[in-house]
Amino acid sequence: MILRRHQGGGLMENRAIFSGRLLPLLLVLPQLAISLVFFYWPALQALWQSFLVQDAFGISTEFVWFENYVSLLSTPAYYHAIGVTFLFSLLVVVFSLAIGLLLAVMANRDIPGLQVYRTFLIIPYAVAPAVASAVFIFMFQPGLGMIARSLQRAGIDWNPVLNGTHAMILVVTIAVWNQISYNFLFFLAGLQSIPKSVIEAAAIDGARPMRRFWTIVFPLLSPTTFFLIIVNTTYAFFNTLGIIDTATEGGPNSATQTLVYKVFLDGKAGTDLGGSAAQSVILMIIVIGLTAFQFRYVEKKVHY
Amino acid sequence: MVEHRRFGNLLPHLVLLAGVAVVVFPVYLAVIASTHDNAVIANGQMPLYPGGHALETYWTTITSGTGRTTREPVGNMMLNSLVMALGIAIGKIAISIISAYAIVFFSFPFRMTTFWIIFVTLMLPVEVRIFPTYKITSDLHMLDSYSGLILPLVASATATLLFRQFFMTIPKELVEASKIDGAGPIRFFFDTLLPLSVTNIAALFVILFIYGWNQYLWPLLITTRDDMQTIVIGIKKILDVHDALTEWSVAMATAVLAMLPPVAVVILMQRLFVKGLIETEK
Repeated sequence: MILRRHQGGGLMENRAIFSGRLLPLLLVLPQLAISLVFFYWPALQALWQSFLVQDAFGISTEFVWFENYVSLLSTPAYYHAIGVTFLFSLLVVVFSLAIGLLLAVMANRDIPGLQVYRTFLIIPYAVAPAVASAVFIFMFQPGLGMIARSLQRAGIDWNPVLNGTHAMILVVTIAVWNQISYNFLFFLAGLQSIPKSVIEAAAIDGARPMRRFWTIVFPLLSPTTFFLIIVNTTYAFFNTLGIIDTATEGGPNSATQTLVYKVFLDGKAGTDLGGSAAQSVILMIIVIGLTAFQFRYVEKKVHY
Repeated sequence: MVEHRRFGNLLPHLVLLAGVAVVVFPVYLAVIASTHDNAVIANGQMPLYPGGHALETYWTTITSGTGRTTREPVGNMMLNSLVMALGIAIGKIAISIISAYAIVFFSFPFRMTTFWIIFVTLMLPVEVRIFPTYKITSDLHMLDSYSGLILPLVASATATLLFRQFFMTIPKELVEASKIDGAGPIRFFFDTLLPLSVTNIAALFVILFIYGWNQYLWPLLITTRDDMQTIVIGIKKILDVHDALTEWSVAMATAVLAMLPPVAVVILMQRLFVKGLIETEK
């Protein structure tokens, strides 16, 4: 998203102004050092380990090419985690975008008190996923939580500790709540950048508000929508570990075990280094894909 | 907006009020729970108005933590979180601004390579390199230390890109004028560039402070000692889902204390926050 702002020319035109070689190298050194030590080296390690098999005692190590990947991709548990991740991400993206858009559309007009609404609506952004999780567990705890008790009174045998569907509903609810602010603010910024004259022209042509929204405003919002789909997918894939670890620990019966949570659990167990490294590498490929998509597709294919 | 609305602005107000209710209700409930006695909460009879145990609950929480799951005072966890959040925010800004300065204002060997090395770290979030990063941190003897909590999270492509983008909008004439005045690169940085970057730095600080305070996975991995844990990971230990005896008032008081600093920052610096959010991402 950032590269776009740069007008004309290549990615970086030559505008170097000061001379000297030592100073600039010293200036980039801290960031380079940290990137190499804590980003590149571990990533390469994960890649290298994913081609190795270690015996149970860690004495001998053997290079096995893609064996870890093959055995990973023949485990039903891995496909289960893929399924859980996609279902979870889909639900989070759809609901958090829909709610964010609805609130932004309602806020995109001159109504008194808008500033007050906005102040409240940005709160979830500041709440850590794990902390949001703690608060929601309190509401949804069978027997004592306010919402859990209402559900039970309504005849629903609510129990996220035993029921996988309930656990999924719980973690999706927390993640959606956590993302409302973000999507609201970006949709609102997107709506505010649509020229009023375009909408007025449509109104003069006799288009009713709903029709105007779906035929003019929504298509004009498509860059924001695509951007948010990617960002929210990335969030659901990677930043929800705190939610899942606090609320369900992946359970019951792996019903909420996403790919990232599985890497975390398998790595913590520490029994299969190669397999867990292979999982990390697959996740890395997913992030690279999402980031590349964000920069390429979103930038170029979706136009105003 | 365009034509006369039959119901005025009733619909937007209703929808926004509902949105605010959904957003605020869980937070409100946590605040209320932290003012009631555990017994009242445990039998599910907690009222929707504050109880009389606020002072005593917060006092125990901050000074001694829970009696059962962890005896670590939450006050200490907050201090750890504060050091970590400030360290990450200030560290990221400091190393990003100088590397962006070098990339935009100097010509040096491997300038583009440097840019790409920094850029690609965007694609390597901690979640995908968890255990090798843990291993390196452990080899460097940084487990259970502030440097271990902070350093591995301090490299940030986002902040570097933001500063780079901002620096490229600075007119060449400004640099030329400064050179005529006899200023070298270091004086130009401190006297001209830094003052111009204040708003950007502040906006970035708001975003990065929240990012740092809310970290979960990394502190969970590298802190083994209770006195090094941050409040966000401490809360999980206080809250034992499978245990009917969770001390809910303390757990919710901890949640409220964990939310307070980042929520205060976002609300008090709302304009900077929105600027920072839109500019770092978009």
